[in-house]
Amino acid sequence: MKKQVTSSDRRKRRPPLVLLILAALGLAVFVIPLLGLLARTPWRDLPTLLTGDVVLDALRVSVIASLGATAISAILGVPLAWVLARVEFPGRSIVRGLVVLPLVLPPVVGGAALLFALGRRGLIGEPLNKATGLVLPFSTWGVVVAATFVAMPFLVITVEGALRNLDARFEGAAATLGAGRWTVLRRVTLPMIGPSLAAGLALTWARALGEFGATITFAGNLQGRTQTLPLAVFVALESDRGAAVALSLVMVVISLTVLVVLRERWWRLI
Amino acid sequence: MGLATGALLLAACGTTGSGADGEVLVSAAASLTDAFSEMEAAFEAVNPETDVLLNSGGSSALREQILAGAPADVFASANMSNMDQVVAAGEVEGEPTIFARNRLDIAVPSGNPGGVTGLADFARDELLIGLCAEDIPCGDYGRQVLEKAHVIPAVDTDEPNVRALLSKIEAGELDAGIVYVTDVASTDGGVGGVRIPDDENVLADYPIASLANAPNADGAAAFVAFVLSDAGRSILADHGFALP
Amino acid sequence: MTRSHGLDAHLLVSRREGFTLDVSLSIPSGRTVALLGPNGAGKSTVVATLAGLLPLDGGRITLDGRTLDDPGAGMLIPAEDRGIGVVFQDYVLFPHLTVVENVEFGLRSRKTPRRSAREQAIQWLGRFGLDDLADRRPRDLSGGQAQRVALTRALITEPSLLLLDEPLAALDATTRVALRRTLADHLKQFPGPRMVITHDPTEAFLLADQIHVIEDGIITQVGTPDDIRLRPRTAYIADLAGSNLVPGTAARGTVRTGSHELHIADTHITGPVLAAIHPRAIIIDRHQPDGSPRNTWEATVTRIEHYGDRVRLQTGDPLPLTAEITPDALADLQIREGSIVWISIKATEINVEAD
Repeated sequence: MKKQVTSSDRRKRRPPLVLLILAALGLAVFVIPLLGLLARTPWRDLPTLLTGDVVLDALRVSVIASLGATAISAILGVPLAWVLARVEFPGRSIVRGLVVLPLVLPPVVGGAALLFALGRRGLIGEPLNKATGLVLPFSTWGVVVAATFVAMPFLVITVEGALRNLDARFEGAAATLGAGRWTVLRRVTLPMIGPSLAAGLALTWARALGEFGATITFAGNLQGRTQTLPLAVFVALESDRGAAVALSLVMVVISLTVLVVLRERWWRLI
Repeated sequence: MGLATGALLLAACGTTGSGADGEVLVSAAASLTDAFSEMEAAFEAVNPETDVLLNSGGSSALREQILAGAPADVFASANMSNMDQVVAAGEVEGEPTIFARNRLDIAVPSGNPGGVTGLADFARDELLIGLCAEDIPCGDYGRQVLEKAHVIPAVDTDEPNVRALLSKIEAGELDAGIVYVTDVASTDGGVGGVRIPDDENVLADYPIASLANAPNADGAAAFVAFVLSDAGRSILADHGFALP
Repeated sequence: MTRSHGLDAHLLVSRREGFTLDVSLSIPSGRTVALLGPNGAGKSTVVATLAGLLPLDGGRITLDGRTLDDPGAGMLIPAEDRGIGVVFQDYVLFPHLTVVENVEFGLRSRKTPRRSAREQAIQWLGRFGLDDLADRRPRDLSGGQAQRVALTRALITEPSLLLLDEPLAALDATTRVALRRTLADHLKQFPGPRMVITHDPTEAFLLADQIHVIEDGIITQVGTPDDIRLRPRTAYIADLAGSNLVPGTAARGTVRTGSHELHIADTHITGPVLAAIHPRAIIIDRHQPDGSPRNTWEATVTRIEHYGDRVRLQTGDPLPLTAEITPDALADLQIREGSIVWISIKATEINVEAD
């Protein structure tokens, strides 16, 4: 005889058990390493560690570099996304593949490539150096370049997707109402992809902040100039575990804060 | 010494199907990479049932791994300090033995574009100078050397391991760096060396030891014995190490 | 000075996979033209070329004497400078702007100062009875409200030509009937030329002074609604124009039209109505039928037209209708022009809508 189903049962119908178990395991993938980090945190020494100049220097370099990379990604990435989404030209799929390349390339390989291209003896770096004396590696600008290289694809892909999904008729309607191309871009296109753009910027920034392989290969490692938080963690792991954990904690807290604050926009994009 | 080594070698050859077989995980300092690769091949040739797995890295990183419980059989460090910490933690079987010595050298890109002639050049701002990170032996030694010469260097990068530093110098992205003599030799002309006078130089002592919690204790002992043997020493000499 | 000329367009587009558009249109000021055709006929292409969203490959567009597109002369004025008001299918209201921001968009784009634009927008909204919706978002509007907002948005810029692309298609049947009348009134008030694009013949008949039928990229017939209905030139037109539309007054199950009275099934409807009778629902016979049909009368066949496997008869007084029979039936009944036949129509076959 079938069990009586009450109205509250109907409302509380729980998802299948298998699904819940798998989801819990999935969550564990993210939570367990975090718990390991928290377990090893030297809570008593934390205040001293966090105000030490290694941490502050690394924080400063990381913030400058990640924000710089995000800004450049936006300024160059949005137009690139626009061209990829709207302009038909031969070889467009190849270009799109190139844009995605940094996502699949190991960051160290990316860093090496940057060195071959923009290093002092690099393809473009050498003439640039001879002409202007500019040296990108081992400078904070080098960190920005490395971070931009790995993070910009996120912005381009997000914005291109948003532009493709945008009904072209809105821009057409705006034109018939008398809006010139810049007005259409400013008052219709960009506002309508606003949420996606914001999510793209958040992703880009997060990636730039966490970049390690390309930075250490291209920009080197010098406290106060090119040593970002990830680099500082790596170096500290070999000598001062406590400092390494403190630095890791700083990164986790910063990233979580920003990403949680942006969560509304984030989920609406995806 | 030779007789005992020979006996050990024979013993190693003769024992098939006992302890030495299987895998031997050797954690060796980065500067030993080339020498120990050859060491691995030679040891495996004599002990065909044994597979040596070479784990190269900065000595400090390797030390941390061992202290965290990584399953290694042998530890070969580029300085005493790292080995001492492992001994203090009770992770070493018996006593460590100094098996090689190394000196430091100034490495420059081939052609020496920066015109580096000695340690004094390390203070020049316009040059791009690289050192190993302070916490790894090569970085520690390098700074000792500069201190001895009373030079305050204008460092542009602290590389996390000596190979990374070497490759940047070889590529010409750095004008000079301080590495081991053996490293300069290993690049086969890719990098030029500028000699550091003996009175300013330091001698790096490389200790080796079997680890207390080695999964393959017999294998560990056999490998260490091989390194200390004439065959092993000859390989080290080939790669530019000085021998105790 | 009154607006002269109106729209003069010869549209030639030959890009998409074998599809060619070759259409000539002339709309004087103060007149409404309907472009009627099935989906895929090229209606959207016509809208796009006139609005400036698609350039012509050949031909020319002139509006009030001003050339908008002339490939031969290398002249192309972009959409934003054409002064054409478009009401799009689905209205295309900007979802990130409120109703009043949508309406003032056209003015703001032409550099009208913010305050003035806002005042004018609110005024116009009032005129259309939409002022309490000013701060709503498009997604919170009903279909009918959205349509009126879209119309207001287009009209506020005082365009030289008004283009309505399927203005009632997105609405449900009841709203559509209700808004059709309002739309017809608004159209009449617009001084310039107006074009309604539609696939619904009733819409075309009721809103337009002249109908252009478009099929497969070309115009197949131009005429008044009556021309189209009574003298269709192609099978498609015959089919859709098929319905005989008879205006009259309904009361207690009958519709009085002129001197004739039709019996209908709906006994509740009263007042002015439109009675629609499909040609195939009209039974033609030589002799007076007995049995169920309540509507029977004798009439003379004034015209016979053949369309492949169909035959269309036009009958005269007391109520001119178009009936459709098979060629076999035509032969069997030996009907010729001038023959007298009996017409019978079942009350249930007459569709009545409030007018």
